[in-house]
Amino acid sequence: MSTQNLTNTPAVHNRRGIKEQLTGIPRRRQLIALISPASLWLFFLLILPLATLVMLSFVKTAFGEGSTVLTLEHYRAFLQNTIYQRLLWRSLGIALLVTVLTLLFSYPVAYFMAYFAGERQNLLLTILIIPAWTSFLLRVLAWRLILGSNGLLNTFLMGIGIIQEPITGLFFSTPAVIITLVYIWIPFAVLPIYVSLQRIEGNLFEASADLGARPWQTFWKVIFPLSLPGILAAFLFVFIPTVGEYVTPALVGGPNGLMIGNIIWDQFSRGLDWPMGATLSLMMMLIVIVPLFLSSGLAERLGLTGGGDE
Amino acid sequence: MNEQKKSLLGNVYFWLMVVFLYLPILILMIFSFNDSVILAFPFKGFTFEWYRQMFGAHELLLAARNSLFVGLVSSLIATFVGALAAIAVMRKNLPARNFFLGLSSVPMVMPSIVLGVAMLVLFRRVFDLELTLWLIITAHVLISIPTSILIVMARLANFSHNLEEAAMDLGANYWLTLLKVTLPVSLPALVAAFLTAFTTSFDEYAMTTLITGTDTTLPVYLYSLLRFPRRLPVAVAMGSIIMVASAAVVILAEWLRRMGTERPKKKELV
Repeated sequence: MSTQNLTNTPAVHNRRGIKEQLTGIPRRRQLIALISPASLWLFFLLILPLATLVMLSFVKTAFGEGSTVLTLEHYRAFLQNTIYQRLLWRSLGIALLVTVLTLLFSYPVAYFMAYFAGERQNLLLTILIIPAWTSFLLRVLAWRLILGSNGLLNTFLMGIGIIQEPITGLFFSTPAVIITLVYIWIPFAVLPIYVSLQRIEGNLFEASADLGARPWQTFWKVIFPLSLPGILAAFLFVFIPTVGEYVTPALVGGPNGLMIGNIIWDQFSRGLDWPMGATLSLMMMLIVIVPLFLSSGLAERLGLTGGGDE
Repeated sequence: MNEQKKSLLGNVYFWLMVVFLYLPILILMIFSFNDSVILAFPFKGFTFEWYRQMFGAHELLLAARNSLFVGLVSSLIATFVGALAAIAVMRKNLPARNFFLGLSSVPMVMPSIVLGVAMLVLFRRVFDLELTLWLIITAHVLISIPTSILIVMARLANFSHNLEEAAMDLGANYWLTLLKVTLPVSLPALVAAFLTAFTTSFDEYAMTTLITGTDTTLPVYLYSLLRFPRRLPVAVAMGSIIMVASAAVVILAEWLRRMGTERPKKKELV
């Protein structure tokens, strides 16, 4: 009949292509076509810029005569100048402290939402996420208002008589940078931890209890290890951007709260020394990227990069 | 799941955290109505002056318009580019799949300053380009590609390839199948990806400021105002409006994302 003909004709006509056509598996070149726009973007705006940054770090000056003179002097300057190194280690230290504090504050929130919030989970999650998407600059600015010498904290403490004079050390200091960054990152850190906790099978609690474990034993021996992928994802999301952070230190850090990002920014925006700025960026990346590579396997297991894995 | 567990301590901690997260924002908003150029306690009196001045601030409105333009165009492109990549990544036979996934998640964790300076060097030193809004758009597309891919992938994870196969058995070629089946199915995720990209672009400062020429975006302009304390209250007023608006967008995006990814679960709850 005619319907039979319709289905049969292409099959006979195009025998070699039939399997691919009828099983619905797209061909490799179709898939390559689908990822090519994204690949183009990644090539021209990620790989190429980073490659030019590497090249720039080996030339004498960014523009003019020195731009073709190859040199290692910027790397030498980095190794000899203890200010650069101290700032880099300081930034790593601040980032580590910020990350650990953020995780400590975030974990109980995620735990509560995953196991005790019931049907309100989605609502609570939205409530928590909203601050993360409101203006970054203004949230930093808000902390200037709170921590300043005429700020909320000082006027409040003076108002109830705990202190007589404003505490000046709060504002324009390293602690101010740390408080502000922890405040900014908490919603971002809660999310991956919450997702990993939610994936844990509920009956593992019962199984563990049936085998005689106390609640805290269940937590440390069963739940916590299973939530490690989420903790790791949160760690990466907070730690890496914090190392290169320069806006928060510039706004609330003062001269003592500066980080390596501020020096890099100075080299570029004030036009001082682009190659030196490039070198500093790369040294920072080297130190930041090493832990990223070490943990990439874990990130994949978490589904951060692997997504559709069975 | 076993019956609902309750925790008073957990509740208290959660809501304390919410207060901690919202209080600074609320304080800032309250100060946008404060009758004083100095942002400090005590509160002087109530005024709409800063909101009134805002509508006369030509540069501020121009920057807001630029940001809207950059946000809309870059998010449209990022959503489209990200969605296509996500569809391909869901297939195991994609060549170099893991390499692509790894590379495409790099912009998400790269420090903004490194991205910013690297692009500045490429644009100015290598290509000698004028720093325009179009370059900012291409840069914003890059940082939104990873989230777009992830959001659309999450949607497609629940989507059976059988539907695509059915469409192709019925005679559609692969591209027509994507257009008629796969993309419509992922529509909620596409909208969520668009809104997420838009809020990211609208708020991006750290990278954008490095590649900004004469046309500034809103965050870049707001930051420049911080150096002139007299203009600060106007910036705070503008910021308050932005915060309320972006909160509305976030709620919409969350709602759409949920609608997109959490369909089959409903039965268990009842």
